[in-house]
Amino acid sequence: MASNSSGGSSDRQRIAQQRLSIIAGHLQRPEDGEWAIGAEECKAQGSKPNVSSKGRTVPRRRQEIMKWNGWGYVDSKFQFNKKGQAEFTGKRYRLSGMVMPALKEWFESTFGASLQHKTPASAIPNSSAVQPPILNEAFVEDLKSTGIPFSQDAEDRVFRAHGHCLHEIFALREGKVGRVPDMVVWPSNHNDVVKIVELACKHNVCLIPYGGGTSVSSALECPPEETRTIVSVDTSQMNRILWIDEKNLTAHVEAGIVGQELERLLNESGYCTGHEPDSMEFSSLGGWVATRASGMKKNIYGNIEDLVVHIRMVTPQGVIEKSCQGPRMSTGPDIHHFILGSEGTLGVVTEVTMKIRPMPEYQKYGSVVFPNFEQGVACLREVLTLITNVFAGHALKPQKFYITKFKGFDPNRLCVATLLFEGDRERVLQHEKQVYDIAAKFGGLAAGEDNGQRGYMLTFVIAYLRDLGMDYYVIGESFETSVPWDRVLDICRNVKERIIRECKERGVQFPPLSTCRVTQTYDAGACVYFYFAFNYRGLSDPVHVYEQVEHAARDEILANGGSLSHHHGVGKLRKEWMRETVSRVGMGMLKSVKDYVDPGNIFGNRNLL
Amino acid sequence: FLYVHRDPMLKKRDDFEDILEERRNCSDLRYALKCYTPVVYKGLTPCKAGVLKNMVLQSDQLHYVINQVSKETGKAPEDVQEEASAILEEMAHRMQLSTVRFFAFTLCKVFKTLFRSICVNEEGIQRLQQAIQEHPVVLLPSHRSYMDFLLMSYILFTYDLALPVIAAGMDFMGMKIVGEMLRMSGAFFIRRSFGGDKLYWAVFSEYVKTILKNGLAPVEFFLEGTRSRTAKSLTPKLGLLNIVMDPFLKGEVFDINVVPVSISYERILEETLYARELLGVPKPKESTSGLFKARRVLSEDYGSIHVYFGQPVSVRSLAEGRVNRCQFNLTPRHIPKRPSDDVHSFVNAAAYRLVRAQEENMVLKPWVLLASLLLQNHHQDLDQDRALTEEALWLRDVCRQYGAFLHWPDHVPPSEVVSSSLDLHRGLVRISEGRVRLAVEHAGPSEEQLLNQAVVVLSCASYRNQALHVFLRPALLASAMHIATSSNKQEVFNSFSFLRNMFSNEFILCPGATMQDFEEACFLLVKTGVLQITEQEVLSTHRGHRTLAFLTRMMDPFLQGYQVICMFLCEEASEALTEKTFIPAVRGFMVKQLLSGRLRYTEVLSSDLQKNALAALLRLGAVLKTKGYVDY
Repeated sequence: MASNSSGGSSDRQRIAQQRLSIIAGHLQRPEDGEWAIGAEECKAQGSKPNVSSKGRTVPRRRQEIMKWNGWGYVDSKFQFNKKGQAEFTGKRYRLSGMVMPALKEWFESTFGASLQHKTPASAIPNSSAVQPPILNEAFVEDLKSTGIPFSQDAEDRVFRAHGHCLHEIFALREGKVGRVPDMVVWPSNHNDVVKIVELACKHNVCLIPYGGGTSVSSALECPPEETRTIVSVDTSQMNRILWIDEKNLTAHVEAGIVGQELERLLNESGYCTGHEPDSMEFSSLGGWVATRASGMKKNIYGNIEDLVVHIRMVTPQGVIEKSCQGPRMSTGPDIHHFILGSEGTLGVVTEVTMKIRPMPEYQKYGSVVFPNFEQGVACLREVLTLITNVFAGHALKPQKFYITKFKGFDPNRLCVATLLFEGDRERVLQHEKQVYDIAAKFGGLAAGEDNGQRGYMLTFVIAYLRDLGMDYYVIGESFETSVPWDRVLDICRNVKERIIRECKERGVQFPPLSTCRVTQTYDAGACVYFYFAFNYRGLSDPVHVYEQVEHAARDEILANGGSLSHHHGVGKLRKEWMRETVSRVGMGMLKSVKDYVDPGNIFGNRNLL
Repeated sequence: FLYVHRDPMLKKRDDFEDILEERRNCSDLRYALKCYTPVVYKGLTPCKAGVLKNMVLQSDQLHYVINQVSKETGKAPEDVQEEASAILEEMAHRMQLSTVRFFAFTLCKVFKTLFRSICVNEEGIQRLQQAIQEHPVVLLPSHRSYMDFLLMSYILFTYDLALPVIAAGMDFMGMKIVGEMLRMSGAFFIRRSFGGDKLYWAVFSEYVKTILKNGLAPVEFFLEGTRSRTAKSLTPKLGLLNIVMDPFLKGEVFDINVVPVSISYERILEETLYARELLGVPKPKESTSGLFKARRVLSEDYGSIHVYFGQPVSVRSLAEGRVNRCQFNLTPRHIPKRPSDDVHSFVNAAAYRLVRAQEENMVLKPWVLLASLLLQNHHQDLDQDRALTEEALWLRDVCRQYGAFLHWPDHVPPSEVVSSSLDLHRGLVRISEGRVRLAVEHAGPSEEQLLNQAVVVLSCASYRNQALHVFLRPALLASAMHIATSSNKQEVFNSFSFLRNMFSNEFILCPGATMQDFEEACFLLVKTGVLQITEQEVLSTHRGHRTLAFLTRMMDPFLQGYQVICMFLCEEASEALTEKTFIPAVRGFMVKQLLSGRLRYTEVLSSDLQKNALAALLRLGAVLKTKGYVDY
């Protein structure tokens, strides 16, 4: 399974090149066949110390390339051009520079929105709008002496005061800023973090770890009642792969690295992690560990808890790590599980050893249309072992006519599953056939590779779509849960209906978008995503309405046997349900860990508990 | 005492439309063959009867129970499966539009002969139509007559609404052809008792749930379980209500709409039949020939029927904050489980609430008031024009103040209202020379005469009973004041609470609502100037005397009935009684007491009252039920 020499180096290179172009396919726009990054030949030898990170890094001043009040890159966004056609700007994505005439119609008909009614975002607030920092001078002095870079600049601080919850972005667009960190500090390695945490304990300042900033659980919000200096620990400069161990197929990586860069660097060596959460362009390895992240290819590669072999975390009590890298241990409860999902309440994850795999030789997209969501889910359950996504009610363009006209599919009920097969060519083709055979049993029709690929691309740009909506009175968000198989259809129906009903009761004037898809499958159940958006014209406090509806939807999820979260985490947004989720005793266990590890509440983001 | 009472006078009720009127003017055949395209549940996936059976037989629930039964009994699973299939075969409906049309045609003819009008609130129909499209619907009509479910289906057919499947007792199946025809018009048959039979219960509940969950048809059943022979609402049975709420509680549907329907008959077809039954003359077995013998019935005038389709009640909103639906998260939903305590008390409270809703929308005819008055004065003649009419008008006003749904034609002179009511019920009254009394011969010394008298009294009481729910709470308060040793408020409340507790098998009194009921009674009596209530005391006013006397007299037969049963248990029942011998023994004792003049109310001979009293005494621990015999 490890690097087998049969392929030969040129073969290897070809595969790597192909793989890169596929990644580029959904992340980046190919630049006329010329790739800046070349696939590097790997030598079948032990560890490779200090694999360099010569590619792009996330700059300290993130606002230079990323939006301060929206998703993603500054240069990439949906907008309606002068002709009223939607286009996607920039050069980064496959979609970039494309004009999408159908989007306007969809947008207008789905939400009752109109291009005449705009709600533009306000300009970046000047530093006077931001509260002056509360500074612990002694801490600042000591920090200076360590030489670790830090900043008290208002823009830097505002940028790290939020994640991407609707209410957070909405407030920023209105120019409203609440409690923000008082300083930002950029450690460049494990030892820097040790020093920072020591100083924080010494001077009693509050630390909030900051990775990719893609949280959707209010985890990054600064507790308004915090009177100590809040220091945002930005891990983005800890982004190196320290070594790759090809014998054991592991890589030791600094936890601040973001997903796309980790993948890029590993690909250079012919490897991948296979961990691809929708946010992988921006979210960091440390963040994945701290929230128990999950990627869309988890059926082949596993979730983050399956992928980590070793974790190093700096806590107020010192460094926690295991003494060896054995693949499994029976040494009491796994201490990794205190760290996984701790959401920055216990310390900063600095280094992680992760499983890696040789890049797949062959990759193929596919898609299947089902007459309805029920059939799609039933099929997915049977196909389990493959990576698949089901979009409910997501209409297709090219075959739509054929399907509805000749196959009698109801265009309002049909559902698309997007498929991605990875592995060696023979196995992929064999798998593909199996899947299509199973799909046929459930009334599914193959709908082509293009639709499959489009489905995957959509997962990366969907967050940009929300920003477009917010320019025109439309707000929305997605949220997820995990649920046993026998409950999937019931929970989908009931939560969607609850959303619609709650909107009506709360005076939303336009019918909301309320839809869902199954994104991950397990032996015992599935992960379900809900998408909810509405046109808020006529409402005086749309965010409050939004939050009430989401709250009701979460109640409905729990009442229907769904979990509080599959991978987004709890943060502060879902804290109120923690006790009933993990029981009183469970809460006590978590609290006692917190009390031991961080008695002074240095990591005071107040998530989870 | 924070109870806020909504003013019953302000309650808006819908207007009625007579559906027979149109039938009298155009062809019944054309009506029966009309185009019938009801609106259906939005989530409906239509399926045939055979498919429905397969869905039931292949359900996880049934599979689980079949395996369980097979393990317990040692029978092969295939054999148990066969049994299940046979049960389903015996149970399932086979709705057929042609049979429905046949019924529509026949019922047209029958209804037009029997009734002057069948009045339906059309707004209720519109609400129902809306409800059917949104969520699965359960119809809960009151049950006073065999007519009820035919009438329901007839009305729904008339308004082009989805025809319900109806839970019917197995005894109908005895009527060969009629049973099958009822089946083809949507009835399904359940055995009267199947307590321990797991398999039967599983098939039955899965059958009902499958119909409901898929929205195949509205499910109709009688909350009261059986026809009320007394016209009082019966304590609700929870079995079927549990079943129909289950899909919501387990998240299998978003919501379920429950629609209480109140059917009020001006004159009940089974009038004397019921009275005889209550007096222990055994109930004739339902048989087709028996039904035809009832043809005599066809020649009489039964006045009008009012059918009120109540506000659909969302089970989701009923359950909001009362049931934690997460309790179903930890076991597979197809494994049958006893309802937890909170589910049980939720369903019980919901059942009472729904029966109350039925009661509130029952239309009361003037005769109901006349029957109440005549019963209270049945030893003396009343002057029809003056005394009776005057009393009736007084009672009409009281009734309205209490928020009753009284159908008194205000545009007709009161004396005419009274005389036409008396005319319709001429079998129960004697009118001579302008004087009116109940048609009871002055009882001689014989038991037979006494029973004849009782038949009339009980028939008459069944009309008074229609209004009981209106007067019940004030009447309990009036009696409580009567038996309390002082006018101290706490003391009166204690007596009220005692009476209410005692009578909670007799009347519909929601469990745990003693305080609300007391408040409501106080509110009504203060509002109407009968009582003055201070911090400490409950005092009657001078002009309230008449009302209080009427109210206490209304309770008297029940009080006396319970008293005499206690007396019987203390004096006579020295040997251990069985449940079977209890009723005849009590009846014998009562007859003696009545004949000797020591008992006043013939009404106490009602076996319904006797059973209720026994149940109450059991509940209160005054009587013990032991294996094999009843002790006290």
